[in-house]
Amino acid sequence: MPILEVENFTKSFGDVNVLKGIDFTLEKGEVLAIIGSSGSGKTTLLRCLNFLETPDGGRMRVNGETLFDAEEHKKLSDKEIRMRRLHFGLVFQSFNLFPQYTVLKNITLASELLENERLKGENAGREKRNRVMEGIRDHAMELLATVGLTEKAESYPCQLSGGQCQRVAIARALALSPDILCFDEPTSALDPELTGEVLRVIRGLKSSDRTMIVVTHEMAFAKGVADKVIYMADGVIEEIGTPDQVFNHPQSEKTRSFLNAGQQFQF
Amino acid sequence: MSWLYDIDWAEVWYVTVQLLNGFKMTLGLFFLTLIFSLPLGLVFSFGTMSKIKPLRYLVKGFVYIIRGTPLLLQLMIIVYLPGIAFGMPLTRWAIFGGNVSAAYFFGALAAFIINYACYFSEIYRGGIESIAKGQYEAGQVLGMTKSQIFFKVILMQVIKNILPPIANETITLVKDTALARTVSVMEILFMANEILMLKQLIWPLFYTGVFYLLFNALVTWIFGKLEAKLSYYKV
Repeated sequence: MPILEVENFTKSFGDVNVLKGIDFTLEKGEVLAIIGSSGSGKTTLLRCLNFLETPDGGRMRVNGETLFDAEEHKKLSDKEIRMRRLHFGLVFQSFNLFPQYTVLKNITLASELLENERLKGENAGREKRNRVMEGIRDHAMELLATVGLTEKAESYPCQLSGGQCQRVAIARALALSPDILCFDEPTSALDPELTGEVLRVIRGLKSSDRTMIVVTHEMAFAKGVADKVIYMADGVIEEIGTPDQVFNHPQSEKTRSFLNAGQQFQF
Repeated sequence: MSWLYDIDWAEVWYVTVQLLNGFKMTLGLFFLTLIFSLPLGLVFSFGTMSKIKPLRYLVKGFVYIIRGTPLLLQLMIIVYLPGIAFGMPLTRWAIFGGNVSAAYFFGALAAFIINYACYFSEIYRGGIESIAKGQYEAGQVLGMTKSQIFFKVILMQVIKNILPPIANETITLVKDTALARTVSVMEILFMANEILMLKQLIWPLFYTGVFYLLFNALVTWIFGKLEAKLSYYKV
């Protein structure tokens, strides 16, 4: 069974149809790269998956469980939507770290709030609470080690480089152990010399039980790391397949001209 | 140094005690106004940003009226209107128990609180709207509730952004308390004026100025400390 099934997503802003019927599935452990020119709808698609935008139509299932159905979405409570979106994690283009907290607190904050809510519900004692908080902290330190920033745990975001900020943002998104981790152009806000460290971290996260969706302009990265590539244009999936299929044997004329246009700038 | 012997120290002592008594009233008005108008301003600012249209326009209209008319006028209306229009002067309200100066004090306090809450609400609104949308979205995708996002993520950033304009308003408030003398609140300028009228002394007016200057020096210093304390992060 696929971990993610998206069926006929549509979305318009006013008169502009940004998504015109998006269908795809993703298997557990796969990395999906979504490419396409600006305005093709790829970021909107990612935001729909993360409940930051509400599609006008369509359905979405994760692990077979229906998380979104345009017909029923309005009936859902805020709490229900909050719980459903936790199946996804999102790393933003502009990091969006919380500036007033240390790196460690950025990573632990959401988990602490969620656990507090749960512990309050079961009237847990102080000792149990401390144990849980300790666990959250340890997990955060492990994640910091994963992104190679253990020594920055007590730093503030304004003391880090852009690449380091994005690595912290990745650790923060991983803290709640989402089923599917999404990246919205994770290197677009970075200086060219800093993109490498972030892409290496993302590549390092690839494992059999971690599913990722990366919206990116880095063609080499999409080619090298993704298991599946989607090329989007004008709100539809123009081409979908393995990197070899999409990059070396594109079926559609649009995909070919998009890839060629990119090549003209490679010296 | 012979002029030192010409000073009437008994007079200086008398004036100092009178002014200090007035200054107590000034400080009371100042602190109580701050304590109540700072949170009330937050409530007003939520009103001006509300998604409920009638509520939004109602609060915006109210803020417009308060900011668009003199504080002096609002003081007079709040203190005198109950008596003139409804035959129920503040001084005879049961809660003041016949204490006339308390009645005037709390009347003036109400006007100050409402007026400053409106100014603060606009500062809050500016501060809240200056926070990038990405901060809310980051909280959302991490499963936080709306109130968690506001209190745990947004508020501290807003506070940092609005400290300078809040300091500005606070310094203005120190001086605005002098307006209360027009509705018989015996604050420091009221006392200085009494001395001027009764004893024909002009120098206590300058002495009064020193009280304001020293107190504003303290206010400025405190806000400087607060800003320094929040300088460890950048919004």
